[in-house]
Amino acid sequence: MVAPLLVMPSIIVLLAWMIVPLVMTLWFSFQYYNLVDPSARGFAGIDNYVYLVTDPDFWVSLRTTLVLLASVLVITVGLGTLLAVLFNQPFPGRNIARVLAISPFFVMPTVSALIWKNLLMHPIYGVFGALASMIGLQPVDWFAQFPLASIIAIVSWEWLPFALLILLTAVQSLDHEQKEAARMDGAGPLAQFYFITLPHLSRAIGVVIMIETIFLLTVFAEIFVTTSGGPGNATTNLAFLIYARALLQYDIGGASAGGVVAIILANIVAFFLVRSIARRLEV
Amino acid sequence: MRETPMQRLLSFILGWGTALLLFFPIAWMVLTSFKSERDATSPNLFFTPSLDSYHEVFARADYLSFALNSVVISVGGTVVALLFAIPAAYAMAFHPTRRTRGTLLWMLSTKMLPPVGVLVPIYLLFRTAGLLDTRSGLVAIYALMNLPIVVWMLFTFYKEVPNEILEAGRMDGAKTAGEVWFLLLPLTLPGVASTGLLSLILCWNEAFWSLNLTSAGAAPLTAFIASFSSPEGLFFAKLSAASTMAVAPILVFGWFSQRQLVQGLTFGAVK
Repeated sequence: MVAPLLVMPSIIVLLAWMIVPLVMTLWFSFQYYNLVDPSARGFAGIDNYVYLVTDPDFWVSLRTTLVLLASVLVITVGLGTLLAVLFNQPFPGRNIARVLAISPFFVMPTVSALIWKNLLMHPIYGVFGALASMIGLQPVDWFAQFPLASIIAIVSWEWLPFALLILLTAVQSLDHEQKEAARMDGAGPLAQFYFITLPHLSRAIGVVIMIETIFLLTVFAEIFVTTSGGPGNATTNLAFLIYARALLQYDIGGASAGGVVAIILANIVAFFLVRSIARRLEV
Repeated sequence: MRETPMQRLLSFILGWGTALLLFFPIAWMVLTSFKSERDATSPNLFFTPSLDSYHEVFARADYLSFALNSVVISVGGTVVALLFAIPAAYAMAFHPTRRTRGTLLWMLSTKMLPPVGVLVPIYLLFRTAGLLDTRSGLVAIYALMNLPIVVWMLFTFYKEVPNEILEAGRMDGAKTAGEVWFLLLPLTLPGVASTGLLSLILCWNEAFWSLNLTSAGAAPLTAFIASFSSPEGLFFAKLSAASTMAVAPILVFGWFSQRQLVQGLTFGAVK
């Protein structure tokens, strides 16, 4: 009989953590509310939403969010699958190589972003620039010329180890006899990969895609410390747009309307993720 | 009999090649941290190593306070999350009801709420409550943020404890609290430890709330490193030294908890 009492505290705090801000975001999104102009308060109807969808910046940020998401997913899941298979092959020093390969995931986002921006991608002092000059090429000013691609590179570097780690775990649970049988039947490595490994991984790949999506929809720190959304609005994703509206322009109503859009986007993904995890859950 | 030496060699080259490539930025950061500020801006490998940058980062007396903030906030958030989660996971694992399944899935779904979606209300609530730029504010956020993951991981570990052991304890007269304290905790200590470790890693590296809710007083290392992004001068060696110190402890933790990490981060969906 004590059991419910033990679960209750967690439920109550999580409920408060979820409901209170959610309701407030919804409420503010229908209000005129600017922190620097306290006089203009009141019910706004759908004005904030109208303002949002008629603002070209919003559509650009939505596009940036989706391009960032799709690119990083393709890179990390594609390479992650190949690397998972590679790191499952026996070779000398494999465990150490694995540890090195997954390390980027444990580096805090602000460090990753600044190390890449300054030490690697800096056109004058960076390693890439030096390598380019060494083979006689003009160094590239990555963040000026390819701002979004630069962000994509950094975020992919952070998340590739995650995909690798999860997919490697899944590859390791692959039934060896099945592969052995396929090999005896004359299936080459490519055929084995395509007909046995890939189907076996499909579930894990699905989970990786969904979890990454949750986080990638709201990439923030990497943009905050490198480009601040620029040049122009080239790297402003939805998360950064909302941050700028709220904490730089103090437009609480407008930022909240953006927040509602972000919540809806995330929930579409969350729906599928929760369903796929539920299928596996035994109580 | 399975792999030919040629295949092994190929795996070796490809495997180590990618591993070193992926690790290169970290290695380069560590290397640069031992350079002087002048050497740091040229990518040469030959230089006299020095600890100057480390000294200078430390000399900015506030480095230690940022590090301390990181420790206090990460440990605090983890401990609070564990305090809430241990009883909850225990109850759900050993006394499941019809609602347990739904409760677990609902907890998971709270994790799907994007932080940026609730930035505005949290910021305003914190401002009203005077929690902006306080450690306790971040401890609360981090505990709530990780609570679903922590409950899930503990639940998975408790599920693996055979019920008979607890029943034997009950026959010997153990009450619920005693059951948890004397039987369950020792049995699942490795599980609790790795859950705590995962939570520590996530708190330590968190960089949305820490950047938005702190300024100087309670800012952890993520925010301190972000201050190097200011354009008024590039201090590559100092950036590298500060970054190396900020990353090193968690990197080591991460290496030791890879496997638990997979379970925790995928909510048991991939084993």
